[in-house]
Amino acid sequence: MLIRDGIPTAEDLASVLPSPERLAKGPIAIAECFQSIACNPCTKACPQHAITMEPDINALPKIDPDKCVGCRLCVAKCPGLAIFVVDMTHGENTALVTLPYEFLPVPEKGQAVAGLSRSGEKLGEFRVFGVASGGKANLTWMVTLEVPKELAMEVRNIRVEV
Amino acid sequence: MIRDVEVLVIGGGPAGLCAAEAAASAGAHVLLCERDGVPGGQLVKQTHKFFGSERQYAGERGIFIGKKLIDAVTRRENVEILTDATVLGMYEDGVVTVLKDDKHLKLRPKKTIIATGAAEKFLTFPNNDLPGIYGAGAVQTLMNVAGVKPAERVVMVGAGNIGLIVSYQLLQAGVRVVSVVEAAPRIGGFLVHAAKLRRAGVPIRTGWTVKEAYGNGKLEGVVLCELDEKWQQVPGTELDVPCDTLCLAVGLTPLSELCWQAGCHMEFIRELSGHVPVTDENLMTSVEGLYAAGDVSGIEEASSAMVEGRLAGYAAAASLGYDAERSRAEADAARAELRELRSGPLGGKIRAGLEKVAEKRRNAVC
Amino acid sequence: MRIEQHPILQFDRGEKVTFTFNGQTVEGYTSETIAAALHAAGIRELGHSQNLHRPRGLFCAIGNCSSCFMTVDGEPNVRVCVTKLRDGMVVEEQEGKGVVRHDP
Repeated sequence: MLIRDGIPTAEDLASVLPSPERLAKGPIAIAECFQSIACNPCTKACPQHAITMEPDINALPKIDPDKCVGCRLCVAKCPGLAIFVVDMTHGENTALVTLPYEFLPVPEKGQAVAGLSRSGEKLGEFRVFGVASGGKANLTWMVTLEVPKELAMEVRNIRVEV
Repeated sequence: MIRDVEVLVIGGGPAGLCAAEAAASAGAHVLLCERDGVPGGQLVKQTHKFFGSERQYAGERGIFIGKKLIDAVTRRENVEILTDATVLGMYEDGVVTVLKDDKHLKLRPKKTIIATGAAEKFLTFPNNDLPGIYGAGAVQTLMNVAGVKPAERVVMVGAGNIGLIVSYQLLQAGVRVVSVVEAAPRIGGFLVHAAKLRRAGVPIRTGWTVKEAYGNGKLEGVVLCELDEKWQQVPGTELDVPCDTLCLAVGLTPLSELCWQAGCHMEFIRELSGHVPVTDENLMTSVEGLYAAGDVSGIEEASSAMVEGRLAGYAAAASLGYDAERSRAEADAARAELRELRSGPLGGKIRAGLEKVAEKRRNAVC
Repeated sequence: MRIEQHPILQFDRGEKVTFTFNGQTVEGYTSETIAAALHAAGIRELGHSQNLHRPRGLFCAIGNCSSCFMTVDGEPNVRVCVTKLRDGMVVEEQEGKGVVRHDP
């Protein structure tokens, strides 16, 4: 349970995962943000104004599935590193997962890295599809992994083994 | 010789810097005393991004927020910063004494804002004095300020924000965090911090504590054990964990000695983590012209400390007649920000503590 | 050990200097505190307690507690966690309260 061990439950996740219909249309951001805290940078990060918070900054973020285009800009902006972008339309059997990353070394495109679950368990070796910098002041990297479709909602971190 | 000062700010952390900036922006002349060699307080080691809203620099890393605040006050001609300057005494006649370069300075401020922050709490268990047992903030200072790898294998005690954040930063510095243990049955810090630590492979054990530490002249390991619902150790659950460092992140307590010296009405408020001065809506203590802002008036996030500093700074400036209308409007805006920051479910403890403070003040005034 | 690479931070260590710890030569940098330099050299035992003579390390690293008192250039009770390193410093473990130096 999240409050006991830091791992969100299936029920927690069910409250934020997009519908299968929306996932079939293209990339979309998923905010794994389950606790009301006073925080709103995600709402300012989205150029589509797809992320909203009502009535105030203590509310949980709501991502409008019709407005979100999966641009990934929010991934490096969330101070809690809680936003991921999943693209289920990438390949027949593969999906893309973009996750925030703040460790060294930063992986390179094409490199195989360990994909980790929400509890830090290694789910396999996956290829890095792309790496983008969050910027000089932001310093969070956005790493996009190519993973089997069935793991798209499981892989949430990477470990670069040297 | 006694030097006259308009607004004296004691402490150059988030609250003190924001207080100095606010008072100076209204036109007051400010002297800021910082005991360390550089201002910034604990922001200098906060490598994580802050929460809150834009007004509190949300989404920016604490180290960069610190630089911004320092730059802002450094640019102001009406702010003087004394570093390596420790305020020692607050006297009945209003004189404040400062130790600077082995010399004793005497100041007579019209208004004083105490923003001295907090100290880390300690925990009782056998062998808790072994070298290798540190405050979590101490380890954060060693690695993020000095760039020293402080440990190889760490056990963290406390899953509040400091315990979670420092654990993550230890991983960033290449240190292995074996486990986070938390005596309470639930994680006290932000769950997003817990989740990012967990998915990096660090187990978080709630309902566990340190039974004892061991080592010959230095820490070599700890024995952890489970707690029952009455917070009693459960025999048979002991777990021996070899480690070279144990970090204690078991809370902070206000550094309110100067408030005591000044004769402020003090109260022990559990929700604010210790003895705090009783303050009014402008953060003024029971001593006329003496304000308290940030952790010294109750332990809270740095975001709130910045806003409290701003509130006290504008209130002090307004009371001196500087840009009074705008200063009062800014103080109102700061109060509204604080209400918003504290209005969520996690603000319940602070709200309860502040309500107790308000009640103590009402009783004292009557 | 020092952190050579960090995902967020860059360290400007200043000038390399040497000092002595209990007579042994140790290297450090002018940007850091005595305590940081000692830790980088793997030295964590900074003194001994007054009554039971138990080893003492630092606790808070920001000058709040008195766990890191050492004798520096003959002066006892120096908080090495907030005292910057200088070339040629003589740093010694302190036993208990230390002996206050009397100026003639």
